[in-house]
Amino acid sequence: MDRRDFLKSIALAGAVATIRDNKAMTLMSQHFNGQSSTTPAETYDLVAVLGGEPTTMFQKAISELGGMSKFVSKGQKVVVKPNIGWDKTPDLAANTNPDLIKEIIKQCYDAGASEVIVFDHTCDDWRKCYTNSGIEAAAKAVGAKVIPADLESYYNKVDLPKAQTLKTAKIHKAILESDVWINVPVLKNHGGAKMSIAMKNLMGIVWDRRYFHANNLQQCIADISTFSKRPVLNIVDAYRVMKDNGPRGRNEADVVLSKALFISQDIVAVDTAATNFFNQIREMPLEDIKYISMADKLNSGTMQLNKLKIKRIRI
Amino acid sequence: MLKKIRISVSILFLLLICLYFVDFSGLLSNKLHFLGEIQLIPAILSLNWLVLLILLLLTFIFGRIYCSSVCPLGIYQDIVSWLRKRLSNKKHRRKYKYLKPLNILRWLFLGITVIAFIFGFTFLIGLLDPYSIFGRIMVHIFKPVYMAGNNILASVLNPMGNYTFYTVTIYLLSIMSTVLSLIMILLIGILSWNNGRIYCNTVCPVGTFLGLISKFSIYQIRFDKVKCTLCGKCARECKASCIDFRNMKVDTSRCINCFNCIEACSENGLQYKSSIMGHSREKADNHQHNSEVSNVTFNNRRRFLTLTFATSLLSIKLFADKVLHLGEKKDVKRKKPIMPPGAMDINKFSRQCTSCHLCVSKCPAQIIEPSLFEYGIGGIMQPMLNFTNQFCNYDCTICTDVCPTGALSSITKETKHHTQIGRVQLYLENCIVYTDETSCGACSEHCPTQAVHMIPYKNHLTIPEINQEICVGCGGCEFICPALPWKAIFVEGQDKHTNIVLEFEKKEEIELDDFGF
Repeated sequence: MDRRDFLKSIALAGAVATIRDNKAMTLMSQHFNGQSSTTPAETYDLVAVLGGEPTTMFQKAISELGGMSKFVSKGQKVVVKPNIGWDKTPDLAANTNPDLIKEIIKQCYDAGASEVIVFDHTCDDWRKCYTNSGIEAAAKAVGAKVIPADLESYYNKVDLPKAQTLKTAKIHKAILESDVWINVPVLKNHGGAKMSIAMKNLMGIVWDRRYFHANNLQQCIADISTFSKRPVLNIVDAYRVMKDNGPRGRNEADVVLSKALFISQDIVAVDTAATNFFNQIREMPLEDIKYISMADKLNSGTMQLNKLKIKRIRI
Repeated sequence: MLKKIRISVSILFLLLICLYFVDFSGLLSNKLHFLGEIQLIPAILSLNWLVLLILLLLTFIFGRIYCSSVCPLGIYQDIVSWLRKRLSNKKHRRKYKYLKPLNILRWLFLGITVIAFIFGFTFLIGLLDPYSIFGRIMVHIFKPVYMAGNNILASVLNPMGNYTFYTVTIYLLSIMSTVLSLIMILLIGILSWNNGRIYCNTVCPVGTFLGLISKFSIYQIRFDKVKCTLCGKCARECKASCIDFRNMKVDTSRCINCFNCIEACSENGLQYKSSIMGHSREKADNHQHNSEVSNVTFNNRRRFLTLTFATSLLSIKLFADKVLHLGEKKDVKRKKPIMPPGAMDINKFSRQCTSCHLCVSKCPAQIIEPSLFEYGIGGIMQPMLNFTNQFCNYDCTICTDVCPTGALSSITKETKHHTQIGRVQLYLENCIVYTDETSCGACSEHCPTQAVHMIPYKNHLTIPEINQEICVGCGGCEFICPALPWKAIFVEGQDKHTNIVLEFEKKEEIELDDFGF
């Protein structure tokens, strides 16, 4: 090319570089990706974001994975399963951040989902949890259906042949009847299990949680991760993290505003990454959290982060 | 006109209080608990001087309008009477007739109730107080029906994708209270069906008490001796059987101001008027009547003074108990019931609770249950906590907000966070971490103050440890403990709700700029 053309290309490239990322562009790229049958050149196994607000963090992360339409197809019934376990407000980090949930649901609908359902089998009274966590209001604002999980009649028995201890479990019908489901835990310290992240969040889809506590909690948490209907995405909310006195927490002193987000399809990998991240706040060696290595042994995923393609984003 | 006003007011009150008692989803504002506070016995027990003054003044000026327009049990009886009227044709319609007052019985019931109360058996007041009877009927009979209706709607609409109604669990909280409520609703219903307001004028201590004031209230239903034709229509409509039309006398101690008589009279022979006018007319006509009146008035005055004296004694006793903490000492039992928040002290609580069960109804977790003998015979049906199905929410103070008698004093959320209603007890011999050497930690998960916390144990395990000094007694640990057949951790009740001191760490500012992997 001649000098003039070269200068024009430079000018164009410069102009393009100043265009700021906005939602429309992200959506367009997702839509484009959904339409084409070719996968993007680089598929990441795990995306980690640091800095920014939950909404933007998720938008950036999901676009690196190829967009939501890679995971949710048109007309599908989707379940978004946050942690709504405790009667606490969002600033206390006992539940998943409602803004994050809102954005996830919105993207599901944009990808063409016919229905998005939100629930959790809570520890405190479910009406209080759903309300005070801000999740029910946020979900309903973007058109999701928020349903109860407080009665045994909502659950159906499922076999877990790959499990060691938890051979069967009653799992919420919404999960069983969905086309895909998305696991959205919040990163917390846990008095009994050591850490409450993605695998621990699966305790919210089963009916009998006491059984887990009574029959080797660590093994049961690993066992439930062998449930054949895996979540299509595990999105770990680490915007606010509970560093102590978890999973309920006492007060704001237990909370750290860490502004992070981790996404992966591999539940063991994302728990490993999140634990390593948490280790910077408070000492938490990976070997202490038995269920992670137990799940790795049961082939629910891998702890070997060095074998994975990881994208790190800073905002 | 008066009858129409009475009917409108009473329907309004009854509707509000019924809906408030059965409302389990918080649809109605909790400010409606004032409906319990304006009832007479709760006002006496909670020493609500303002309400008491208003009620007594109202009765002294207008008569027993409380009985026909405010008392929910009275309005229930009126509905039963009305039903009977509607279901029978004109020929076989029931006619009331004048009956002599059963004064001995009235004094007996009132007397026993007062004496029992002074000796610490508030249970008897609770048994006979019309508001508390009504409360228990609502909580143990109508609320389950209302909840069942909700569940039917939910079972139809939920599969269609509508979650306006959601299924709720209906617990049988107390066999005794349910059976007693069934007996009372039937008994009072039958009494009313057959004899109108006979309960109000024979058994009810509120009725007898107010009757002594209404005997010489300023406004009364009086005969117009000129216009009355002695046809007897009024007596045939009188639910209280208190109109002696042949002698042109209305027994105003039993008159409940329903105004059916005035409505029935076609000659305006009965009027609701004040004594000031009445006396000046009669003076000119009837000397003998005057002397009769003065005799009767003298006897009534004596009775009135006796009653005022008795009430003052009661109030002083209640007040003294409040200030000086007098009262019987309870035996220390091995297993004590846990009083709901706000109870503060078992003597004060036991003395002021009439077991209306409004707290039982309003507890969102449904953990308040009527007791049997846990508080002794004097405390039958008084509420206690049960952590089988749920536990006491750390931030909730609803039971303390709604209690109309002050048995549960209203406390703020902050006060509740510093109040110990029970004390945690740990039995490591039953604990799964100890017996099975596997992780658990469910108890500490639920503890809002971390009075129950996990400490390092062998093999990277953690085991619970308790600090009783910062336990609030919420029962979260006891509720969730999965150990079978006996729990490893539970809450023991105590006679006094004590104050605890909580220390919190200061918030550290931590900034992260690396992923860590």
